[in-house]
Amino acid sequence: MEALNVILLVFILVCAIAVGRAKSLLSSVIIFMSQGLAMSIVWIMLRSPDLAITEAAVGAGISSLLMFVTLKKIHAIKEEGSPEEDAEEE
Amino acid sequence: MRKKNKALAHLQEWLEHGDNALEVEMEEELEEELPPEAPEEDHLEREEKEDPRLNTPKKLEKHPAFERWYRVAAVVVCLLLVGILLFAAVHMPNFGQADTLVDSELSAFYVEHTLEETGAVNIITGIILDYRGFDTLGESHVLFIGVCTVLLLLSIKGEKDQERRIWEDAYDRNFEPRHDEILQTCARILTPLTLVFGIYIILNGHLSPGGGFSGGAVLGAGLILYQNAFGYQKIERFFTFRTFKAVSVMSLLLYSCAKGYHFFTGANHLESGISPGVAGNIFSAGLLLPLNFVVGCVVACTMYALYTMFRKGDF
Repeated sequence: MEALNVILLVFILVCAIAVGRAKSLLSSVIIFMSQGLAMSIVWIMLRSPDLAITEAAVGAGISSLLMFVTLKKIHAIKEEGSPEEDAEEE
Repeated sequence: MRKKNKALAHLQEWLEHGDNALEVEMEEELEEELPPEAPEEDHLEREEKEDPRLNTPKKLEKHPAFERWYRVAAVVVCLLLVGILLFAAVHMPNFGQADTLVDSELSAFYVEHTLEETGAVNIITGIILDYRGFDTLGESHVLFIGVCTVLLLLSIKGEKDQERRIWEDAYDRNFEPRHDEILQTCARILTPLTLVFGIYIILNGHLSPGGGFSGGAVLGAGLILYQNAFGYQKIERFFTFRTFKAVSVMSLLLYSCAKGYHFFTGANHLESGISPGVAGNIFSAGLLLPLNFVVGCVVACTMYALYTMFRKGDF
């Protein structure tokens, strides 16, 4: 149990740093999503299942969905043809 | 200009000598060099157009002294806030300390009395919907106000924005694969499960972990998944802007009627008249079940509305 806790916390830290350092905005949102998922497991380990459900639904689901839609709105995601160069160009 | 001259020189050479390799080379060069010129001009024009927006507001420009004072004040306020927060953080109890809040009467009171006073097995729901019912009322209104703001900012209704709406529709289609077999098959299995799980969380809020907010978020996520897989036409059979308006406004009104008296009695408890019932049954705990339901409806509608407004600016 202790080991799982440490792994999850390290994973969250790595994710948090990677969100800022990711090259494309799209991948940073996806990393943020996985960080939310790990966070919800940590909430369960801290014995607050209420918060875990909310974190999984809002943190990992809806807030990142809203960010995806916003990225599309500000044209940070290119069409499917050129997935390599998204985010960096405006 | 120099590049064009070079191209012209190449052309002349080719006309004179008729070398095939040169032709290819020149064509490559033309292809390489011409495209960057157009975007550059475009970029310049765009910058010129956007310049007035990027400038500081005219009010500030007229008063340079005020502007300087404003910036200094902003920095000072920020530093002050950071200092206060750090000062408070130093005095917080350590994480996981055993005797944290041990002398707080409130937490002991909640643990002892919540079950008998509100009938909620899940103490957290008992606290947030009964003792702190007024706070939750404010929270659901905050969500509603958030959607209203997004509606004001992003809504594209009316004649004036017709062009923009058509453009948004066309642009939207770029990213939505029509009749995506994988997505639709997954959604066909997952959507009912998600919706039923959300309803379970809401209705069981006073018995098991969860409650209105988390269940509503799960419901909203299910709706978004369904919309993504099957498109707007399918979801508009049962969820339109009118549904959203009716459900959120009715829910908020119900909640306000049920808990508004807290405001007038100074957050003192007032008997609701509904018997608490047997703790552990679904129909128990008085007002908690309907309040959970109402909050869940508001949150689900809000989540879906936010997504749709962000995506299309319309329902």
